[in-house]
Amino acid sequence: MVASSDRRPVVVVDNVHVEYKVLATGKKATAANTKQSIFSRRRTMQTVHALKGVSFTAYENDSIGIIGSNGSGKSTLMRAITGLTPVSKGNIWASSRPSMLGVGAALIKDLSGSRNVILGGLALGFTKAEIEGLYDDIVDFAGIRKFIDMPMRTYSSGMTARLKFAIATIRDHEILIVDEALAVGDRAFRTRSENRIREIRDNAGTVFLVSHSMSSIRDTCNRVIWIEKGEMKMDGDPEEVIAAYEASS
Amino acid sequence: MPVDASQLEAQGLSRVGGRPPYFSYMRDVFQRRDFIVSLARYRIEAENQRNRLGVGWVLLKPILNALVFGLVFGILMKSHADTPFFIEFLLIGVFLFEFFSGSLGAGSKSITSNSALVQSLSFPRMSLPISVVTQKFFQLVPTMVLLIIALVVMGHRPQLEWLLLIPLLALFYIFCLGMVFIVARLTVHVRDLANLIPFLTRFVFYTTGIFFSFDVRFADHPELLEIVQYQPVYAILTLGRSILLNSDPLYTMDPTLWWITGAWSIGLLVIGSVFFWRAEERYGRVF
Repeated sequence: MVASSDRRPVVVVDNVHVEYKVLATGKKATAANTKQSIFSRRRTMQTVHALKGVSFTAYENDSIGIIGSNGSGKSTLMRAITGLTPVSKGNIWASSRPSMLGVGAALIKDLSGSRNVILGGLALGFTKAEIEGLYDDIVDFAGIRKFIDMPMRTYSSGMTARLKFAIATIRDHEILIVDEALAVGDRAFRTRSENRIREIRDNAGTVFLVSHSMSSIRDTCNRVIWIEKGEMKMDGDPEEVIAAYEASS
Repeated sequence: MPVDASQLEAQGLSRVGGRPPYFSYMRDVFQRRDFIVSLARYRIEAENQRNRLGVGWVLLKPILNALVFGLVFGILMKSHADTPFFIEFLLIGVFLFEFFSGSLGAGSKSITSNSALVQSLSFPRMSLPISVVTQKFFQLVPTMVLLIIALVVMGHRPQLEWLLLIPLLALFYIFCLGMVFIVARLTVHVRDLANLIPFLTRFVFYTTGIFFSFDVRFADHPELLEIVQYQPVYAILTLGRSILLNSDPLYTMDPTLWWITGAWSIGLLVIGSVFFWRAEERYGRVF
């Protein structure tokens, strides 16, 4: 444990297991059986054990980097912390509902950026008047004023991620989870968003940053957790954990 | 490190993934009313923004629908022979039914087709099905205005009783909400259900009497007429016709239909909202 126990715990993850049940085709697709009719494939329920007993405690003002190879369970862990994925065993405690920012589809892709800003703000519980006050900040932070009236389906993935980040961080989150969102932004945006993350952390918030970019983890995190194959491999000082992670791969 | 639950609660932590109690959940939903209404409005815009005629389609669709039914059932199949005011009868049926089928179809997918929104922001998920039904309701209002204009043009004199349409539409809205809560949750559990919705809609369509009058067609089967009035969409449409076309004795208002409609609407709203709320923490699943 790097954190001293006299600080207030904000997120407590206690022996968390997550299992997915996925409806999957029974056979591997090979050259021989691609000709088979789609009706002859057996469909079976497969269980994926994505997390196998992860425990840690995050304290206020922590900024925790989550690293690990693809498919190691990082995003599953983050979704479990936000409550989006139910845990199959164990418990997660949090001082307020964590919010997650990830790459992925736009909020509502057929609507313009400005409509999405308004809807996102309303969904987060702001009133219309409050959003009007915050609107310019959001648009400037995302840096997409030129395209704000175009439908979001025309945005690049970087523009989408920037706008989502800008919308989600207008609320002063106590607990914020950022999942790879910064990786798609350009250099200028990355600096801005890293500053914003530090700001949230300084306002007694706790930030989780999932990333494959060791440099942005080094720049923003004071603690790093390494997840591998659904288990926690290391938890501690960024330099130490990153060095061990890089040595292993 | 052993975890002591009571100690954590003392420090202000609570379990993630637990849903709030029913009444505070419903209060959260009510606080999001701006979100619900804006989402409904923006969606109407978005649906039409790639069309040249834009929002005009909100009116054009039901008109074309009515034209097709009028052509098929009014002229080709002559099902109107004994039905007074057949055109008006058909228009009321088609316009009102459009609200029901639209709500059910889009409402069943209200969670599954908004996964991006559900996974990026946390808000009470019930806002999504409500917003779908609200959107369909916003689309219903102009067609109702159109209907009134058509009735006046066809020589019906506006009456004070026509105002009863307002409580009827309110009950219809509540009815659709309750129903959509149920199908929206079920579709999250079993995606296949979305494929069955069109059949359910069609079944209700044919058992409602959109293009033929039950009272005329089954005049010699009073027991069947007794049963069909408990079918909620039938009750609502029949009430609509009684309100607007009361100059013909066939459309005399039957007050029991108000009780049936009210019981269905409020019953479904209560059952549906509890049923939807009970799975609140599961709607964010990726799989």
